[in-house]
Amino acid sequence: MDFSSFLLMRQEIILLAIIILLLIAEIFIPKNKKSSIVHFAIFLFGIHTIVGFLSINECSIFGGSFQTNNLIHFFKNVLNIGVLILLLQSADWIQEKIVAQDKGTEFFILLFSSLLGMYFMISSGDFLMFYIGLELSTLPVAALAAYETSKRISSESGIKLILSAGLASGISLFGISLLYATSGSIFFHDIIGTISASNLTILGFILFFAGLSFKISLVPFHFWTADVYEGAPISVASYLSVISKGAAAFILMILLFTIFKSLMHIWENMIYVISIATMFIGNLFALRQQNMKRFLAFSSIAQAGFILLGLISGTQLGTTTVVYFIMIYIFSNLAAFGVVQAISSKTGKENMTDYEGLYRTNPKLSLVMLLALFSLAGIPPVAGFFGKFFLFTAAASEGFYLLVFLAVVNVTISLYYYLLVVRAMFLRKGENPIPFFKNKIYMRLGLIITVIGIIVLGLYSPLYEYIYELSSIYN
Amino acid sequence: MDISYTILIPLIPLAVFLLLGIFNQKIKPAVSGYIGVAGLSASAALSFYTAYQYFFVVGKESGIYKTIVQKVTWMNFTDTLHIDMGVLIDPISIMMLIVVSIVSLMVHIYSRGYMKGDDGYTRFFSFLSLFSFSMFGLVLATNLFQIYIFWELVGVSSFLLIGYYYTKPSAVSAAKKAFIVTRFADLGFLIGILIMGYYTGTFDFETLNNPEGPAILNWASTSFMGLSVITWALILMFIGGAGKSAMFPLHIWLPDAMEGPTPVSALIHAATMVVAGVYLVARLFPMFYFVEDGFALNIVAYVGGFSSLFAAIIAITQTDIKRVLAFSTMSQIGYMMMSLGVSGYEGHEGVGYMASMFHLFTHAMFKALLFLAAGSVIHAVHSNYLKDMGGLRKYMPITNITFLIAALAIAGVFPLSGFWSKDEILVAAFEHNTLLYVVGVFVAGLTAFYMFRLYFGIFWGKDTQYKHEPHESPLSMTFPLMVLAFITVVGGLIHFSEYVSADKAGFEAHLNIPLALVATAVGLTGIILAFVFYKKENELPSRFAHAFGVFYKWTFDKFYFDEIYLFVTKKIIFNLIAAPIAWFDKKFVDGTMEGIGNKTVVISKRIKGIQSGKVQDYAFSFIAGVVILALVFIYLWTN
Repeated sequence: MDFSSFLLMRQEIILLAIIILLLIAEIFIPKNKKSSIVHFAIFLFGIHTIVGFLSINECSIFGGSFQTNNLIHFFKNVLNIGVLILLLQSADWIQEKIVAQDKGTEFFILLFSSLLGMYFMISSGDFLMFYIGLELSTLPVAALAAYETSKRISSESGIKLILSAGLASGISLFGISLLYATSGSIFFHDIIGTISASNLTILGFILFFAGLSFKISLVPFHFWTADVYEGAPISVASYLSVISKGAAAFILMILLFTIFKSLMHIWENMIYVISIATMFIGNLFALRQQNMKRFLAFSSIAQAGFILLGLISGTQLGTTTVVYFIMIYIFSNLAAFGVVQAISSKTGKENMTDYEGLYRTNPKLSLVMLLALFSLAGIPPVAGFFGKFFLFTAAASEGFYLLVFLAVVNVTISLYYYLLVVRAMFLRKGENPIPFFKNKIYMRLGLIITVIGIIVLGLYSPLYEYIYELSSIYN
Repeated sequence: MDISYTILIPLIPLAVFLLLGIFNQKIKPAVSGYIGVAGLSASAALSFYTAYQYFFVVGKESGIYKTIVQKVTWMNFTDTLHIDMGVLIDPISIMMLIVVSIVSLMVHIYSRGYMKGDDGYTRFFSFLSLFSFSMFGLVLATNLFQIYIFWELVGVSSFLLIGYYYTKPSAVSAAKKAFIVTRFADLGFLIGILIMGYYTGTFDFETLNNPEGPAILNWASTSFMGLSVITWALILMFIGGAGKSAMFPLHIWLPDAMEGPTPVSALIHAATMVVAGVYLVARLFPMFYFVEDGFALNIVAYVGGFSSLFAAIIAITQTDIKRVLAFSTMSQIGYMMMSLGVSGYEGHEGVGYMASMFHLFTHAMFKALLFLAAGSVIHAVHSNYLKDMGGLRKYMPITNITFLIAALAIAGVFPLSGFWSKDEILVAAFEHNTLLYVVGVFVAGLTAFYMFRLYFGIFWGKDTQYKHEPHESPLSMTFPLMVLAFITVVGGLIHFSEYVSADKAGFEAHLNIPLALVATAVGLTGIILAFVFYKKENELPSRFAHAFGVFYKWTFDKFYFDEIYLFVTKKIIFNLIAAPIAWFDKKFVDGTMEGIGNKTVVISKRIKGIQSGKVQDYAFSFIAGVVILALVFIYLWTN
């Protein structure tokens, strides 16, 4: 093992370097210029995102603990873009609220640490690395959720997250130990050869699966979602619902398609049931939410149910559609959260009724929201439509017609509540509409990127073909 | 040879369109007129340069005009089936370039005077440029898909221009009608294209039209209902062409389209867009001729012949001068279709093809002239109706003379251009189909009659007392009239058959003197009859109208075709098909959906208690979930 193989962990190393740089910068930045840490962090992360696009070799280092390939690398880039948008959208909030409490640097460090955990999680080659990654990605977020220490609800959110996450990771660890007991190894490539559908293995798998399901907030492991999202700062809720969920769904897919391939007859049925339950529960709860953050929380639960639809087909097509859907989901949900963030940080209003008449006062913002909601609902020609369409195609091509039918029913339900927001913004006059305001440059940039993403992903088909090519390794 | 500069011919008007469209409010009307004229002048100059290069410098190779294509692949389906974008240069596309650029340029110049003071002056010029771009693109298309795209674009620009006076309900409904009828016909075109692509594996004109190529040789490989699928494809495409070219029974939109400003009628509904159907058949002529021994071509011939007769009869009774010209256009396009339909392929056999293209050229000039002159008249008397006109020769000398030249040309009087092209059409018909020849001669007589009825009615006839004394139009309007009149006079002297022929080799066309004499005699008879009827106001016309009674009324009401269409769409389609479906949709489909919606809300209310907010409850359900999953998948669902 020489220096060049270290470079294969380029993404992780650079991110680590950024974290350390921020720590050092914290010492040297004078007291009255604390807010410049925000520019510094965004600048560094922007560079990191761009550098990430340099291609990387397929490799496996540390005796197989860490592995990467083009698809994983690609997905890390997707996560980078998502986090970058998130940073842009929350920059104003951090400058105004967080820096004032002198907690700006920690915010970035915690956020980046969590992202680093995700890198390790999706690049893991054995259960040890996986578990460390999982923990590293969760624990900082619990701190972030409780970041608005002045609000009781924020602390509650942090406590709930850490308790639930602790439970989930405990159960997951138990599952891993059972899997180790039956296969005799924690390395994925060893397990692939030895795994068999014994009862103990299945139990281990289910326990392990429950742990990951917690992160993707699948029913019945989803209860924490709404409470945490509601209490946490918006950027943290956004991070949980978009980045964290996307990464977890991605690693779940990889594990299912590789080491648990021979258990497919078990997990197929499991996912079938959970997918239906998740879509229905998510949608039924979202239907009645008044708080926009809770609303988006439940809608994102339902979206996770759709992701499972792509997982179930277990093919190259399935892999492609899942990655593609997650990408679109990241852009769409970030756009929605971005608008909520913009409005909340200006006016502190978070309820659907507050959005009435928004189109009259803030037409651009409400158009972004409209685009985001249409994309989440899957209305052509925005990207979300194609994402859902491909997912349904993947599931239908494997013969899951009933599942696809139920999914379509759920699309209809979700359409209803997404349109509720649209109605509030465009058709209702509203007695006390949110007055016009201008967003700062970071927020505007953050929203513009999501809008471009939503439009371009829907129209630019070579990207889909590119992912399809990358996915061939999981065929 | 590098012909890539021809791409500029459509791109310049596109640039003008974008410029005028985007900076609509910021550009002064006068400036926008100049920009439009300048853009089109550039396109016209390039068109002439291309024509010169092609016909006299590089086009001919061992006696045959070659087809020059330059393209880029746009969408790939299979190795052979792909959609390209590019330019195709051959004799007919060059001829169309010349026609479109001359007429469009003249109309641009004319519109500067005609539209003066109109609110939407800049908008008007931007639409004209959009149309010119689309039409150039259509003419230069290298494959079926490209032509289809521009085909729809000219449809859209036609829609925009017919509905230009969008505050006038009749203009709006006319625009709608034109769009719907042609769109309906285009459905046939699209299906035809898809069938063609599927069975021949290509969209390219060059490959399709090769007489020794697989597309033509293998036409018999698949048949459907007794005809080759290729024949079906051609018939369907011809339906699209018939819609654009206002052939019977898809002609109903053309008279209404006269609601648009008159320069638009001259450009789109007389000279360029309406002949797109003729151009399409000519473009695919080898296919039409060789596939199934010209079955589809026969349909073209008869539809053309019938439309020609049908429209000429209606034109006699109309009183709106623009509608007379509209029916006349339909009749003359029928002539061109008929001529294509009776054409052969090689050498002199292909005289019909040549005559059709020749007539397309000459007709474009004199019909544009007629429309522009009519516009000049309408501009002066502020009415479209013959009853408000009469004796205008004293007030409008230039309009009078130029209109007369065009009327003589369309009546086929020696030595004007219409005489030469019409004569060739009649020769072709005479040699191949006696019935259609008789129809052709009869139509020639009718044409001369209704055209001079119009001429005498406007410029001679009764001495109407005008409230405002009419006066000659400004130079910007009379200048195009004079240019077009000049081309109308000398256009017949071009040796068309040397340049444009079906097999691209060119041949020597001779004047067939006996046939020419017959046609001229018939034409003169029509003129003389019109002279007797309409030179001075008298009772002869109304006596005749009375004598024909019902038939006159039918003709005046255009054989009730509009009413028939309305009956079919409103009574049959709306009431018998659409209404029951709407009922089903409302009661059953919507009902089910509403039911689902209501149930969903109810369930949603009932389950809200589960989300209690207590972490211990969440943990319980977490563990319970794991246990249930484990139980189910270890003991129950083990397949």
